[in-house]
This record gives sequence, structure tokens and C-alpha cells, in this order.
Amino acid sequence: MTTPSPSNIHASLKKTARTFLQALPVIVGMLLLTSLALSLFSPEQAARYFGRNDWVDALLATAVGSIAAGPPLASYLLGGELRAGGVSLVAVTALVVSWVTVGVVQLPAEALFLGRRFALVRNLVSFVFTLLVALLTVQTLHWIGVALP
Amino acid sequence: MNRSGARAGQGGWWFLAAVAALYAAAAALAPGLALRALEHASQALGRMLPVLALVFALLFAFDVALTPQRIMQTLDRPRGARGWMVALAAGILSAGPIYAWYPLLAELRAKGMRVSTAAVFLYARAIKLPLLPLLVAYFGIAYSVVLSICLAAFALLSGMLMDRLDRAGAFAADSSLPKQGRSKP
Repeated sequence: MTTPSPSNIHASLKKTARTFLQALPVIVGMLLLTSLALSLFSPEQAARYFGRNDWVDALLATAVGSIAAGPPLASYLLGGELRAGGVSLVAVTALVVSWVTVGVVQLPAEALFLGRRFALVRNLVSFVFTLLVALLTVQTLHWIGVALP
Repeated sequence: MNRSGARAGQGGWWFLAAVAALYAAAAALAPGLALRALEHASQALGRMLPVLALVFALLFAFDVALTPQRIMQTLDRPRGARGWMVALAAGILSAGPIYAWYPLLAELRAKGMRVSTAAVFLYARAIKLPLLPLLVAYFGIAYSVVLSICLAAFALLSGMLMDRLDRAGAFAADSSLPKQGRSKP
């Protein structure tokens, strides 16, 4: 691997700083919004909506994650805070995974560059796979005897 | 920064402004609730600050080490199962917004990259190495490892499925797909 030049390092530093500045309001906003929602709804109420049926949890969260737009970092913060607030791990996993793998907002751009059918089928496959990944991840943690986070 | 990039950058600030307006409304209606939420948010932010610092340090390191051109060069060559493994690694190592990758993938498709390779690459982007510290901080190491393995396995499965569909002609009507990009042996 070649050693990066000082100009490359400078460009990467600028790019990372720009990413940070773009992510900062989303991070702060997401934490504020989640905290408001968690203060409004108790963990018991959250558990009442999420936690009765894994498939329904995963489906709801995947639908939300599919239409959400924003940096993946925000989905981790949102997922982590929601989990701490009592939302089921299956739902949180589905939210985090669908946030990155399914892109309803990006669909027109993906269709434009890679083809309409490709974009539709790939997103549909990713939607179904999100449900399976969420359920399999939590089930695997049960199987190997790890306490759920 | 171009105009669309500038607009995308401003979107976050508009979002924060909307949340601030929501807090102002909450403070007017239920001051106790707004204060409790604000305390929770500041505690969560304080807890996550060291992890976020590490995340951005990793983002910087990845950006220095891996340019999109370097990643695309690796995707250009191998085919079949090896091609999927390379696409998996490239997807995991790729960074930046997805919009930046569509034109590069379209270019490779025009050169003959298979539908399945593009699918594996796009799905593998769900594994974010620089964000792993944040995932571990919230959910623990065991969860992060299991989720990452599941994502990698399903990225390969999505490639297999898309390959089957491609061979069955599912994308034949896709006029925008370059012909030489389909079903290469």
C-alpha cells in the first residue's frame, strides 16, 4: 500500500470535519428527539407496543427504517436509546439494519444508475432479509446463552 | 461543497431547529417533561462523546487509507464466488454516502460487473467498521459480532438470490441496465 501524501491527508481531514459538521445536528437532534419520546412514553408503554410479537416488531421497525434518511450513526444512537427505553431488541435490530440496507428515499437514484427493476427487487430482498437478520441475531444470542443487551 | 451537498448539510440543521421548536412547545405545555428529556439527552451525549470521537478518528483513518477508486479497482477484476467475497470486503470498507457509489457501480456494470456483485456490495455496506465502537458501546461485543456475521452472510445470500433472478431474466426488462453487464459466465 502506498503512503498517503500530505495533500491526501489534508483532504481526508477536511472531508471528515465536513462529515462531522453535517452529522452533529443530526446526532444532537436525534438524541433530543429520542429523549423527548422516551420521557413521554415510559418503558412499560414502549414494551406494550414493541415486545409482544417478534415478527410484528421487526415488520414495524423495518418499515420505519426503510423510509428513514440520515447517517447510519444516527440509527445506532436512536436504536441504542430506544433499547434503553424498553423497545425490543428485534425491533431495534430491524431498525438499524433497514436504515442502511433499504432505501426508499434513495430508490429513484438507485433506479436511475442501476436500473428500475434492479433497485426495486434489491430493496424488496433487503426488506425481507432485514426481518430475517433481526430475528436470527436475537435468536442466536439466545442460543449461545448471551444475556440480551 | 456543491449546491446539493450544501443543501444536504443544511438539512441536519433544519432537523435540529424543528426538534428545538418541539422542545419549546413541550416546555410551554409541560416544563417538567421537557427538562427531564433535556437531562436525558445531555447524559446520553456525554456518555457517547468519547465513542463518537473514536468513530470520527476511524472515519478519518479509513478515508486516508481507502479511496473509492482503490475500492472500485478491486471490484473490477474477479468474478463468481471470489467476486462476491471481494464485493463483500469492498462493501464493508466503503464509506461515505450511498449516492457517491451509484455512478461508480453503474460504470462497473457497464464494464461487465454482474448484478449479484453490485447487490453484495450494497448490502455489505450495512457493516460499518468505523461505527463498531458505537455499536459495541450500546449493545455489547457479542451482539455486534453476531449481527456483523449475520449481515455478511445475508449480503452473500442477496448476491446468490439476485444472481438466480438475473439468470431467470428478472432484469431483462430493465432497459437502463447495460447489456454487457448481465449474466457473464
